[in-house]
Amino acid sequence: MATSPSPANRNVPQMRLFVWLDPLTRPLLLLLVSAVDRVLTPIQRRVGIDKMGYFFVLPNLLIFGIFVLFPMLLNFYYAMTGGTKLFPEDRPFIGLGNFNNLFDCGDFLSPNSCQEDLFWRGIFNTIQFVVFQVSGIVVFSLLTALVLNRKIVARGFFRSVFFYPVLLSPVVVALIWKWVLQHEGVLNAIVEIFGGESTRWLLDTNWALFWVVFVSVWALMGFYTLILLAGLQSIPPELYEASSIDGANNWQDFRFVTMPLLMPTMFVVLVLSLIRAVQMFDQIYVLTGGGPGTRTQLLVQYIYTTGFSNQIQLFGLSAAASMVLGITLLILTLLQLRLGNQSSLA
Amino acid sequence: MRKILALLVILTLLISAVPALSQDMVELRIRWYNDGNEGEVLRDLLDRYEMDNPGLSIEIDTVPYSAILENLPLDLAAGEGPDMARVTDLGGLAEYYLDMTPYLSDPAYWEENFGPFLNWKRLPGDMSSIPGFMTQLTITGPFINRTLFEQAGVDVPSDMSDQVTWDEWAAASVAVAEALEIPYPMAMDRSGHRFAGPAISSGAMYFDDMGHPTVMDEGFRSMAETFVNWHLDGTMHPEMWPLSEGYAGANEEFANAELVFYMSGSWQVGQFSEQIGDAFDWQTVPNPCGPGGCTGMPGGAALVGIASTEHPEEVAAVMEYLASQEVLGEFAARTLFIPAHAGLSASGVDFDTDLQLAKDSLGVFVGQVGTLEQTAFDLQAYGNNRTVFNASRDRLTQAMVGELTLDEAIARIQDDIDTALAEQG
Repeated sequence: MATSPSPANRNVPQMRLFVWLDPLTRPLLLLLVSAVDRVLTPIQRRVGIDKMGYFFVLPNLLIFGIFVLFPMLLNFYYAMTGGTKLFPEDRPFIGLGNFNNLFDCGDFLSPNSCQEDLFWRGIFNTIQFVVFQVSGIVVFSLLTALVLNRKIVARGFFRSVFFYPVLLSPVVVALIWKWVLQHEGVLNAIVEIFGGESTRWLLDTNWALFWVVFVSVWALMGFYTLILLAGLQSIPPELYEASSIDGANNWQDFRFVTMPLLMPTMFVVLVLSLIRAVQMFDQIYVLTGGGPGTRTQLLVQYIYTTGFSNQIQLFGLSAAASMVLGITLLILTLLQLRLGNQSSLA
Repeated sequence: MRKILALLVILTLLISAVPALSQDMVELRIRWYNDGNEGEVLRDLLDRYEMDNPGLSIEIDTVPYSAILENLPLDLAAGEGPDMARVTDLGGLAEYYLDMTPYLSDPAYWEENFGPFLNWKRLPGDMSSIPGFMTQLTITGPFINRTLFEQAGVDVPSDMSDQVTWDEWAAASVAVAEALEIPYPMAMDRSGHRFAGPAISSGAMYFDDMGHPTVMDEGFRSMAETFVNWHLDGTMHPEMWPLSEGYAGANEEFANAELVFYMSGSWQVGQFSEQIGDAFDWQTVPNPCGPGGCTGMPGGAALVGIASTEHPEEVAAVMEYLASQEVLGEFAARTLFIPAHAGLSASGVDFDTDLQLAKDSLGVFVGQVGTLEQTAFDLQAYGNNRTVFNASRDRLTQAMVGELTLDEAIARIQDDIDTALAEQG
């Protein structure tokens, strides 16, 4: 049975630290504390201790306002303007003109009938990518977490192995897999050893999407596996003991104990992976460049290309497309949170 | 405690004194990209200039080429640009250039030696500003691996005729590739600029009677159709255009002797001299012919002063030094770049290489200047040409993978151009 350390024991490390730092740091720290005290005490007297919380979150709110809220509002304004000038005051206000262009379609299911066909190709590609990638991440992360939660040989080693790809830069991941998948690459060499014919994996429109999904699942699942593993380890073992006494088999354990208790963690994984999937850009940009043609070009790449890589940069159209993306993400996240809450209540 | 405080005070004073001590020092920044060794050569030339001008420091910020195309315009629009920059979107960024005329000791020298190319860097209607000079004149054209032709026993078409068509080159390249099991018969840089030469040779006009850019003619369609089909039947490198975003080149494939015929340009000579040397016989051949001529595209990079600089006089002085015939001649000789300078063209440049292959290649490119069609010059001088080039590149790629038919792709190119120009106003 664990015992809490006595106050004397608790202070030992700090005391050592202070002794070590004493000649230089201690007077400086005291100076700092007294300076902070001089500033904060009058403020606390004026606003009262209950409202001091607002004062402490103010710096964070300022940073959020400057770097998140203000750019969002600016983006909203840009979406309502036309022209090619950079500064807002030089750009003519055109209201919903950019949105009209984006949604000007003969048939919404046929991108070629739309004025901004690349926007709609980006939307359809993003939907497909998100469905397959998020499903892949949830399923494979769960399976991996379940396996790694069991008492298997070299469990620590396998946990590290599954997590290592997360540490790699997306560009490095893409370059490694490009090397594997190119026509003269490792995969084709293996296929040929087994008597198969080499394939241009990234040139075939269906294979390209498959590999883009596969590579991103490979690169990211370690992170979500870790989250699910933490969720699995937080389930009290007594519940499994109780279900075992009731005669439950492994499947019933999973169905009636593990899944219900893991559901909140699953929703976290779902929300995080969904947001990340919709925002996916760098890895695909390096792996396929959005190709073949525009088969793996997602909405974020359309936004980037329209706003930045063309000679005549259409900031307004790009901002409008990013607003569509942002609003879609917001709706999806709120929907998921609502479903998550309902599920928890049930 | 007192000692510590005293130390901190002294340290603070020292730090705050550093800018005061360096107040008289002028620092200029150049935004630069490299194709080959030109960054090293420039640094060497600037070191000499700095030694003669002790109050001046010139920093070269070397960035990827894509940053010159994508980030520099934003920096310039935001007024955050460098003092000088090496650019290829010559007319597209003209509104941000510094007119150095008032600061130059001899503006007539610039008109005399860079005259034909100054217009490329001027806004429409501007006939007099001097914003900078071309670091090199480039001409697009094909390289072949002659050794592969010899090994395959296939005649090099340009040995037999001065006017070889694109189809003849394609047939010969495929024959070589099949005989030696070379993966790629032909490749072309993924660039609308590179495609423009063959298109003009096929009769593309690129401008209508009103001077508005257009691709809706039989010449453009003919080359586009041939080009798309070459990607479908494996004549062209099948992955380079469909599986890239933006510019892509086949330098590695050519240097590794995996490619027979490579449509690129004169800026590659320096790199091939380094990478390939005389490992095999690489050669530049004249641009293939069609009903519209046998043309490539002119182009090049320019070093320009930026109008937002706080030191226009110093910028102009550095430019005068770099653009002088002696210094520019050394730059061209050491980088193996074709100079866009009338004096150097007349006197010739003794290129600093022992490699005869490189000298021959540069000779062919220089000889191509006379075969360039007027349409090619007009398109290069057109300020929004990258809009035409990029739309051509991206929409033709969609036709290659079946997302659009050829006619849909051409209509989309035109639509992209019209939309962008209308937005620009």
